[in-house]
Amino acid sequence: MYTRRNRKWLGLTAMLAVLALAAGACSSDEEAADDGLFKIAVVAPSASNDLAFTQSIVDAVHALDGVDAIDITDGTFIVDDAAAAVRGYAKDGYDLVIAHGSQYGGSLQEIAGDFPDTAFAWGTSNDTFGLDNVSAYTAASDQGGYVMGAMAAAMTSSGVIGVIGPIAVGDAKLYVDGFVNGAAAQDPGVTVNVNYIESFSDVALAAEAAEGHIANGADILTGTAQMVVGATGVAAENGARWFGTQSNQTSLGEDMVVASQVYKWEKALQGIVNGVKNGDLGGSSHTINLENGGIVIEFNDGVDAGDARAIGEGLIADIKARMVDTGA
Amino acid sequence: MTDFFTMASLVFVVGSGIRLATPFLLAGLGETIGQRSGVLNLGVDGVMLLGAFGAYWTILETRSPVTGVLVGLAVGLVMGIVYGVVTVTLRAEQGVSGIGIFLFGLGMSDLLFQKKVGTPLPIRGFADWHVPVLSDIPKVGEMFFQHSVLVYLAFLLVPVVAFLLNRTTFGLNVRAVGENPAAADSLGVSVARVRYTTILLANGLAGLAGAVLAIELGIFQQNLTNGQGFIAIALVYFGAWRPVGVMGGALLFGMVSATVLQWKTLGLVSGATSSLTAMAPAVLTIVALVVISRTVGQPAALTRPFDRGR
Repeated sequence: MYTRRNRKWLGLTAMLAVLALAAGACSSDEEAADDGLFKIAVVAPSASNDLAFTQSIVDAVHALDGVDAIDITDGTFIVDDAAAAVRGYAKDGYDLVIAHGSQYGGSLQEIAGDFPDTAFAWGTSNDTFGLDNVSAYTAASDQGGYVMGAMAAAMTSSGVIGVIGPIAVGDAKLYVDGFVNGAAAQDPGVTVNVNYIESFSDVALAAEAAEGHIANGADILTGTAQMVVGATGVAAENGARWFGTQSNQTSLGEDMVVASQVYKWEKALQGIVNGVKNGDLGGSSHTINLENGGIVIEFNDGVDAGDARAIGEGLIADIKARMVDTGA
Repeated sequence: MTDFFTMASLVFVVGSGIRLATPFLLAGLGETIGQRSGVLNLGVDGVMLLGAFGAYWTILETRSPVTGVLVGLAVGLVMGIVYGVVTVTLRAEQGVSGIGIFLFGLGMSDLLFQKKVGTPLPIRGFADWHVPVLSDIPKVGEMFFQHSVLVYLAFLLVPVVAFLLNRTTFGLNVRAVGENPAAADSLGVSVARVRYTTILLANGLAGLAGAVLAIELGIFQQNLTNGQGFIAIALVYFGAWRPVGVMGGALLFGMVSATVLQWKTLGLVSGATSSLTAMAPAVLTIVALVVISRTVGQPAALTRPFDRGR
């Protein structure tokens, strides 16, 4: 039964919850500056320091030139929350609002139409929806995947490699396809088992998928998206090697991570920022790759990759010279 | 499909299913105790997150998994006191209060993680304990007797909780309060004391479930539980408010998840089929839930605050 006293405490409980959620979900590291300054806002699905997808964009915006203020809303794994944040930043007069997640496309298309004088960017995608104020960006993650797949095939002793993917879309699918093709090109006799767990955030399921790969004979693992931190623990526990992507994942296991494909989104974003400053609000798509320096393979010197490192370095040069087709 | 029907595959599926079931089981057992006394706690997932972070951060600082487990349990007990004050003393509506606790746990665990840790760092938990003699039985030992000590603890709690609820005076009081608190009160049973005790037990086990999750994964991340607390609540209904039933539900959920994982690893399902099979554990649980809820009644006083003066 509801009483006045109950309602009071219901209200207090709800307020407490909202305050806690706001504190946790909105980690703004810098306040937006006053008008006249160039302000960027980023909305991203996971934590700013997830060693994966969101961290790659956070690192990138902090590397940009000519930006006076940055505001970040991370942890918006619910698309409606992200859409509200994007709309809020547009209303608040940010010069460039970045929606970092392919799941945000539908919302962004609607919001960008309501704010024709605000520049938006989103990824990973090539689609600008035909809007002049939307830029799209994506990563040729198949290139790094191809390099690391070939390295993994050269390193495996068991002849079995395990891949953990989230959902087969966007740069995750490109990475996995490139990895599989690279491994097959290096050694057609190697088996690459791929497991898309259908989730970007289920750490426990990713860990169990890694257990499954180990049980099926894999001695090298890789995976993409923020849930892979569960899988890296399994790799470490079982003495398997790991190839990372999106951010440098060496800190998850200095004696385990062979190499990481690192996204340098600033290579795409800097052009977008410069364009917005010159009155070009968007309408084009941008791809980072090995050739333009938007993708970098960072090797971990703590792990002896043997001949595989030379294979990897050779493939990087060949892909930059457009002598290799990743097939993805 | 023949690749799936191998002994190696069976060993993985059973072992994996048991590991996946463990956090659900611990949280579900706690929620069973609470619900039998008439207290629904939708905040289980939030308490699990706080317990997970507490254990994770403690192990990062002390390198002691035992201390981490104790901190996870303690965090759950503290949240139990909060929930008890809100729902028993202040008689707030349980559904909304539970959602408040969930949101608080979701936000606070992430905030603490960002401020105290930052970038995810791996922790080392308990090594698997091979049960003497039993673990040496070919295949069977690998499936059942080569797990973390926390897994054995969770499954040992099933008969303990069943005994507590069905064979003790305390259990009788819990059931009486959950069915008819006014009648229990008239017989001298303190409804508030019983509910405070069950809430503490329930939240303590939820905190422990979170700790087990973080320790077994060796990492913490924002929203680590990914809704496991809500599934645990569903499993209480699935198990018809009986510890053994909850264990059965947790194992079913875990085994189906493990089977789907193995199918995918072996390439037996792909594309759209892969997405559909990923839903199998949830669909199966919902179907069973519907069937069971039509035949078994919930505790009559579930979600009802008790006001002695009314």
